[in-house]
Amino acid sequence: MNGIRKKEVLAPDIVRLRLEAPRIAARREPGQFVILRRIDGSERIPLTIVDGNAEEGWIDLIIQMAGAGTMRLGRLEEGEGVLDLVGPLGKPSRIDRFGRCLCIGGGVGLAPLLPIARALKAAGNHLTVLMGARNRERLILLDEMRNLADEITVATEDGSLGRRGFVSDAFRDLASEGRRFDHAVVIGPAVMMKAVSELTGRLGIPTTVSLNPIMIDGTGLCGGCRVDVGGEMKFACVDGPEFDAARIDWDSFLKRLGSYREFEHRGREKCRITGR
Amino acid sequence: MREQDPDTRVSNFAEVPLGYTDEEARAEARRCLGCRTAPCVAACPVAVAIPEFVGQIAGGAFPAAARTIRRANALPAICGRVCPQEDQCEKACLLGKRGQPLAIGHLERFAADRERREGRVEPPARKPECGKRIAVVGSGPAGLTVASELAGAGCAVVVLEALHALGGVLTYGIPEFRLPKAIVKDEIAGLEALGMRFVRNFVVGRTETIDHLLKEDGFDAVFIGTGAGLPSFLGIPGENAVGVYSANEYLTRSNLMKAYRPDAATPILRSPRVVTVGGGNVAMDAARTARRLDTVQSIVVYRRGEAEMPARIEEVRHAKEEGVLLRTLCHPAAILEDEEGFVQGIRCLRVELGDRDASGRRRPVPIPDSAFTIECEIVIVAIGNRPNPLIPDTTPDILVSGRGTIVADPADGRTSRPRVYAGGDIVTGSATVIQAMGAGRAAARSILEDLGQPVQPRM
Ligand SMILES: Cc1cc2nc3c(=O)[nH]c(=O)nc-3n(C[C@H](O)[C@H](O)[C@H](O)COP(=O)(O)OP(=O)(O)OC[C@H]3O[C@@H](n4cnc5c(N)ncnc54)[C@H](O)[C@@H]3O)c2cc1C
Ligand SMILES: Cc1cc2nc3c(=O)[nH]c(=O)nc-3n(C[C@H](O)[C@H](O)[C@H](O)COP(=O)(O)OP(=O)(O)OC[C@H]3O[C@@H](n4cnc5c(N)ncnc54)[C@H](O)[C@@H]3O)c2cc1C
Ligand code: SF4
Ligand code: SF4
Ligand code: FES
Repeated sequence: MNGIRKKEVLAPDIVRLRLEAPRIAARREPGQFVILRRIDGSERIPLTIVDGNAEEGWIDLIIQMAGAGTMRLGRLEEGEGVLDLVGPLGKPSRIDRFGRCLCIGGGVGLAPLLPIARALKAAGNHLTVLMGARNRERLILLDEMRNLADEITVATEDGSLGRRGFVSDAFRDLASEGRRFDHAVVIGPAVMMKAVSELTGRLGIPTTVSLNPIMIDGTGLCGGCRVDVGGEMKFACVDGPEFDAARIDWDSFLKRLGSYREFEHRGREKCRITGR
Repeated sequence: MREQDPDTRVSNFAEVPLGYTDEEARAEARRCLGCRTAPCVAACPVAVAIPEFVGQIAGGAFPAAARTIRRANALPAICGRVCPQEDQCEKACLLGKRGQPLAIGHLERFAADRERREGRVEPPARKPECGKRIAVVGSGPAGLTVASELAGAGCAVVVLEALHALGGVLTYGIPEFRLPKAIVKDEIAGLEALGMRFVRNFVVGRTETIDHLLKEDGFDAVFIGTGAGLPSFLGIPGENAVGVYSANEYLTRSNLMKAYRPDAATPILRSPRVVTVGGGNVAMDAARTARRLDTVQSIVVYRRGEAEMPARIEEVRHAKEEGVLLRTLCHPAAILEDEEGFVQGIRCLRVELGDRDASGRRRPVPIPDSAFTIECEIVIVAIGNRPNPLIPDTTPDILVSGRGTIVADPADGRTSRPRVYAGGDIVTGSATVIQAMGAGRAAARSILEDLGQPVQPRM
């Protein structure tokens, strides 16, 4: 049982949980994730490690309550715990001194982006952050990103904070100013990653994305997380989750993400009704 | 052995063979000739004392029979069910020369089940603590065997398992109707009583490396029993369509995550027509699982003939009884999908068998212009598994073969690295439960030898 040390509600449907996990805290690197099960019978849910402290033995997760499984996690309180927690999984991000780095995050994608942005900054890169959300209320990690970035642009779809529009619009602004970048990391909903990485790719910026396909085991056992990268079949849980955006077959990826749409709807309804 | 009626069993996940009554078991056991040469024992990879335990059953000494088996085999309730007996002990049985060989597997299962029902009589013997600490990676049959042998010899054993459940393929792969999970749990709990510790949710190579276990965590030796869990795919167009599963994923969803239960959190697609590609036990398990998940037409597509199918005869028979259709001499060329990316069917070519290949089997040769389509909504790919590269990739200097298996001496489990041993599917590629157990036993002996501990004599 891994206990919850702290819980913070970041937005109506987004929470930050601090979990007891000394081993994972000691080993984790940016880009890695964990899989957890709340109780026996729960789904195995992959979540990125947002932060951690080896001395104090904890890791932080940020969870968007997207469906039944994440809703149940989001309802956990301090002092409660999760039954199973495994990690750190996946390959760590490639951190180098690239030069001028662009970090683009949308929605809860800002959570996995934070540790990567931190590591890029620590490696001596110049950091430009573009962050977006539907509205001001749902924009997470603004203070953390502000403290880190050399420059930052915020975009909200309703214009309640920063520029009105998508992060892709914010990127177009930068591009039209003739700005150049050596490396980009784009993390957010799959459609956003597809759209934004097409733009960065067109400008010749090498772009990394972190994929979030449906996973079960996270150890390379099931192949459910497979993605077509440059015509090769890769398993996101062991070969990723980060890949070169230009090589991903996005259409096939998006299609596979929707495999269980019907079940997800049912699960969400049941969760609301029974409150489990 | 009596079995659940096929029409009934396709709508449940309960075990198919029902087990012997005491009388049935004794009657079968009395057929044994008690051959002095005991060819059956030589044909069992762990040399179970077959005539002895069978004699005990015949005499009604059921608990004694179970103890006899356990001397050589730590998981009798499992092996009695899933061993390919027709290729091992029963193949050599002298009764088979004239008629039916003795049903050794069924009798083994009977003895173990009866012991289980009545509660284990005496706790297994354990030697005094020897102060040695061993890490066992993976809780499949290979790892469990090493762990039980070493714990019995007085070592402090920690089993590290990546998943949240123990048992390896026994738990996530082989379906409930063939191997009830309650039995796997009980057998493992019995081993736990020997004093080994299980750590779940620990992925060696990620959570810690082998080197860390040896250098920082102070283990005297590490055994790698991580199996061959990486699914192979066909490499044909359409394989990323929605509704294409590896058998591992399909079975994991159903067995490990219990997706067959209506209230399960993990979904599994159900549809009237399922095609499974492959011809082994794994393919049969998938096709039979599909039948139990509302599939009306469950078809197995295999590229050679039925005689060449690697699946156990019993599994093929069970599958057919349950209405699974076999399309042999059939080579999948493409998976067809609709505009939304859902599987629509599978395009196949008919096949002729040509010359014999390296494995001695006739090579399948697709016939040009023979393409035809089988309509379906789900395709399950069951063409084999390879070893997961995670440990080889994170363990410097460990010798790995071209197939990705860890190189270890089959007789003693020693790898190219001192204090590191390996056995089971990670060394042999996909094989059998009992072979993995045999490898675990051999490795346990050399670990004790190398650590300067007395090797437990075979009782
Ligand atoms: C490597 C990795 C890291 C992740 N990190 C985070 C994170 O830090 N924070 C976070 O909130 N979420 C993260 N996710 C996504 C998270 O795992 C899913 O949202 C969750 O599994 C959905 O489960 P559910 O039962 O709540 O919802 P479901 O009922 O399964 O689905 C709800 C909705 O989420 C979508 N969905 C389903 N599975 C996934 C998935 N794996 N990824 C994305 N969308 C999905 C569905 O299409 C549906 O719209 C990550 C996923 C992966 C693979
Ligand atoms: C569907 C199916 C049906 C089968 N049917 C039969 C049958 O009827 N009869 C028969 O004899 N054989 C059968 N087999 C084959 C048999 O199950 C295997 O040969 C046997 O299980 C191999 O045992 P093992 O201990 O080597 O590995 P496994 O049983 O594969 O166990 C390996 C364990 O190691 C864990 N692991 C992997 N990597 C790591 C890591 N890095 N860190 C920690 N843990 C890790 C895995 O999660 C797993 O629990 C079947 C196989 C399958 C897939
Ligand atoms: S362990 Fe397997 S091969 Fe050996 S006697 Fe039992 S059923 Fe036969
Ligand atoms: S070979 Fe057959 S008949 Fe002879 S001892 Fe073995 S099981 Fe009995
Ligand atoms: S989640 Fe199963 S292989 Fe990646």
